[in-house]
Amino acid sequence: MKVTKRSILAFGAIAATSALALAGCASSTPSGDDASGDKAEFSGQITVWVDADRADVVKDAAKEFTDDTGVKVSLVQKEFGEIRDQFVQQAPTGKGPDVIVGAHDWLGVLVDNGVVAPVELGDRSGEFQQIALDAFSYDGQLYGVPYAIENIGLMRNTDLVAEAPADFADMVAKGKAAGTEYAFLVGLDPEQADPYHLYPFQTSFGAPVFGQNSDGSYNAEDLQIGNDGGKAFAAWLGEQGAAGILNTNITGDLAKENFLAGKSPFFLTGPWNAPAAVDAGLNIAIDPIPSAGGEDAQPFAGVQGFFLSAESKNKLAANEFLLNYVGSEKVQTALYEVGGRAPALTSAFEAAVESDPITAGFGEVGANAVPMPSIPEMGAVWQFWGVTETALINNKGGDPAALWEKMSADIQGAISK
Amino acid sequence: MTITQDPERRASSAPATTRQRRATRIAEAAGGGWGLVLLKIVLLGLILALAVFAALVLIRTDQWVVAAIVIAVALLAVWVYLGRGRLPAKYLMPGLVFLFVFQIFAALYTGYVAFTNYGTGHNADKDSAVNALMLSAQERVPDSPSYDLTIVDQLGELSFLVTDPDGDVLLGGEERPLDEVSGAEMDGGKAVGLAGYTTLTFGDIVAQQERIAEMSVPLSDDPNDGMLRTPDGSSAYVYTSKLVYDEAAGTMTDTSSGVVYSDIGTGAFTAEDGTELRPGWQINVGFDNFTRAFAEQSIRGPFLQVLVWTFAFAILSVLTTFALGLFLAIVFNDPRMKSKKYYRVLMILPYAFPGFLSALVWAGMMNQEFGFLNVVVFGGADIPWLTNEWLAKASIILVNLWLGFPYMFLICTGALQSIPEDVQEAARVDGASAWQVFRAIKLPLLLVAVAPLLISSFAFNFNNFSLIYMLTGGGPRDITAGVNVGATDILITMVYKVAFVGSTSDYGLASAFSIIIFILVATISVIAFRRTKALEDLN
Repeated sequence: MKVTKRSILAFGAIAATSALALAGCASSTPSGDDASGDKAEFSGQITVWVDADRADVVKDAAKEFTDDTGVKVSLVQKEFGEIRDQFVQQAPTGKGPDVIVGAHDWLGVLVDNGVVAPVELGDRSGEFQQIALDAFSYDGQLYGVPYAIENIGLMRNTDLVAEAPADFADMVAKGKAAGTEYAFLVGLDPEQADPYHLYPFQTSFGAPVFGQNSDGSYNAEDLQIGNDGGKAFAAWLGEQGAAGILNTNITGDLAKENFLAGKSPFFLTGPWNAPAAVDAGLNIAIDPIPSAGGEDAQPFAGVQGFFLSAESKNKLAANEFLLNYVGSEKVQTALYEVGGRAPALTSAFEAAVESDPITAGFGEVGANAVPMPSIPEMGAVWQFWGVTETALINNKGGDPAALWEKMSADIQGAISK
Repeated sequence: MTITQDPERRASSAPATTRQRRATRIAEAAGGGWGLVLLKIVLLGLILALAVFAALVLIRTDQWVVAAIVIAVALLAVWVYLGRGRLPAKYLMPGLVFLFVFQIFAALYTGYVAFTNYGTGHNADKDSAVNALMLSAQERVPDSPSYDLTIVDQLGELSFLVTDPDGDVLLGGEERPLDEVSGAEMDGGKAVGLAGYTTLTFGDIVAQQERIAEMSVPLSDDPNDGMLRTPDGSSAYVYTSKLVYDEAAGTMTDTSSGVVYSDIGTGAFTAEDGTELRPGWQINVGFDNFTRAFAEQSIRGPFLQVLVWTFAFAILSVLTTFALGLFLAIVFNDPRMKSKKYYRVLMILPYAFPGFLSALVWAGMMNQEFGFLNVVVFGGADIPWLTNEWLAKASIILVNLWLGFPYMFLICTGALQSIPEDVQEAARVDGASAWQVFRAIKLPLLLVAVAPLLISSFAFNFNNFSLIYMLTGGGPRDITAGVNVGATDILITMVYKVAFVGSTSDYGLASAFSIIIFILVATISVIAFRRTKALEDLN
């Protein structure tokens, strides 16, 4: 390129435009009102990833935190389902967040990738529900501060059936007596059934997925799913499928639709469907899940909370935020009010139970729940679990006990690979 | 203002005549006035500004190479668009930049990942792994008391001033075991200051938090008693570490069992019996992922069946959509057809809906018992659209036909309108039937234009992940087979299931598979493109 006057001029003009644009890009420095002397001096900043549902509550907690300590909190809003993988990818760069919101069953992946740091609750550990702490523990270490527990329960339309059923058979009898189109509804999938929703029935036959260690953690070496109780459960699935009580063609959406339309007195579901039922004008109560096999019907509990990044350079500030702000009764209650999930902090939980019978109902069922395993071996279980249940409910594939045993062997094979 | 001359002009040895000069001037004036120049300057300025901004951000995160590339490309853009001539570059530059960013870079990065063990448990570098291991190894001594803590500073040396549950006040620091002190300033049973030391405020603590979070103060001379550490700067707890890291030897030792884990090149600390500590770190593994791709039992068993179905699915999808699209295009191309415009709009509708959504809606409509198809169209029939192996395959083709025919209709309409009428007239005068005209004249001429698009459609459907995933999830599965592969799984969905089982992800293996699939598709496309060259001799 020959340097000519014209090109120099043009380049100068471009440089000027660039400078202007850059000046526009530059963020204006925050002008804090230093007039009020009681505010702590600005020092440091922590980054928190939240999803849209919880953003408002966390924003209030963050503002309070900043006012008290002077540490700024920068909130980044993410899609809940994307948080885990993005965090795993970003944490090693050292530019990831200090704190993320998440679900306890991510723990296996987060710990294996070394992206979360243990949290010490100190003398506050007694203030949280034990199941929430169990769920947030991995290899004997607590990672994060739990804030909500959710589990399924039996939703009953009290206008159709006045009393809680004693067991599964009683429930079916009551449901048939109500004269509605369906005796009982649960959302399944034509291909994958729904091991999560059917799990309480499975445990009522005494067949959990994994055995538990003395400290409540799951032992991947001890696969319990294929025991005799499991085979009894397999046979039971076939019976219920043949009787039309369980139907893999009734998907979650269809089950919800039918229940809202009053076509069944019973619906096995979680707190996420309660608002819709109330809005539809139904009178509902939440009952314990009826046992099918004689033992306690224990659903899975999913616990949500906030994790601390292992790569965080602001661990003290982040810890302070987690423990004394996110873990405070005020914030836990506020989070419960926006999400409808039972709080993990016992005092907030008790207040919620007092004020809302639906939360109380789910909470009562949850007292019996077991944390969903967060160990990586669980991935191998999901692969084979649902399709086998589908085959059983539709009475395909021959002898139920043999099918169940084959599934257990396949899972064992996938785990030990 | 001088005029830099075109290189071609300079290459010609003849001196420029007055006429030529005048012609150049006129040409220049025709090329847009000052307004255009101004627009060019503003746009280039914005590009440069963006590049500088990006580079600053990148430099802050120590991404020097990328920053250099960004600046170089921006400067190249300025050079290309400021000078005269270089016309081909002016047209090609944007396309080339985007090609590099979105295609070539992604492909190269996939190639790089295919040779590493990147995935769950091998997520970062060794330092991060050591850091995470040491963090998780810190265990609080069961039933140990918690100490009220004040952090104090003496000439830049930080110390823990703690009050134990009995009310005794102790002082200690890094490598300095706790020692009882007296005369501390007390506040409600908690020591908050000591003569000769400055007490840190919360703000000071936050300012030095990295250092404070790392501090561990020995409880006594015996290291086995544990260390005091603080998670928040206001209370301290007694910890012992499960693991000891020996940096010189590069080994981790389990303090309770005495097992030594060392770095033996597997990307994780490994004991002699082969157990690994998680997390590990990323290493290069050479062709391991490729050998695994072929040795993996859950792939090898169903591989052939899946490969055959993948080809069948891709070829049938192209043929059915093309046949329907072409048929409709010919029908709507007939001059006797009334209100063509409205019909055409209707035809485009399936194309306008996102495929993800359509597949989900179809999955609902194909429900065996409550779906629209069985309940309304077939009057309450019980057809297992998605749960019978062969019907599920047919359903996939059917839904893809619905999704894909508008595209074929569009391109065929375009191609048909470009076929000259006189050729067909001549054929008709010679007494050819409509079918003969179509077979011998229309179709070959049409294929010249459409064949490359058919090949790209084949390549797209070969990897049509979202349709399969959303409609059947690869099912129905034969549960006696014992592998996580269903009747409608194509290669890409099978790979997805293998590389991202449950919650673990194996990016290395997934990348190796991507490369293998790419080689397959590329080979087929190249052969097909060669064959279509023969068509072009028609013209």
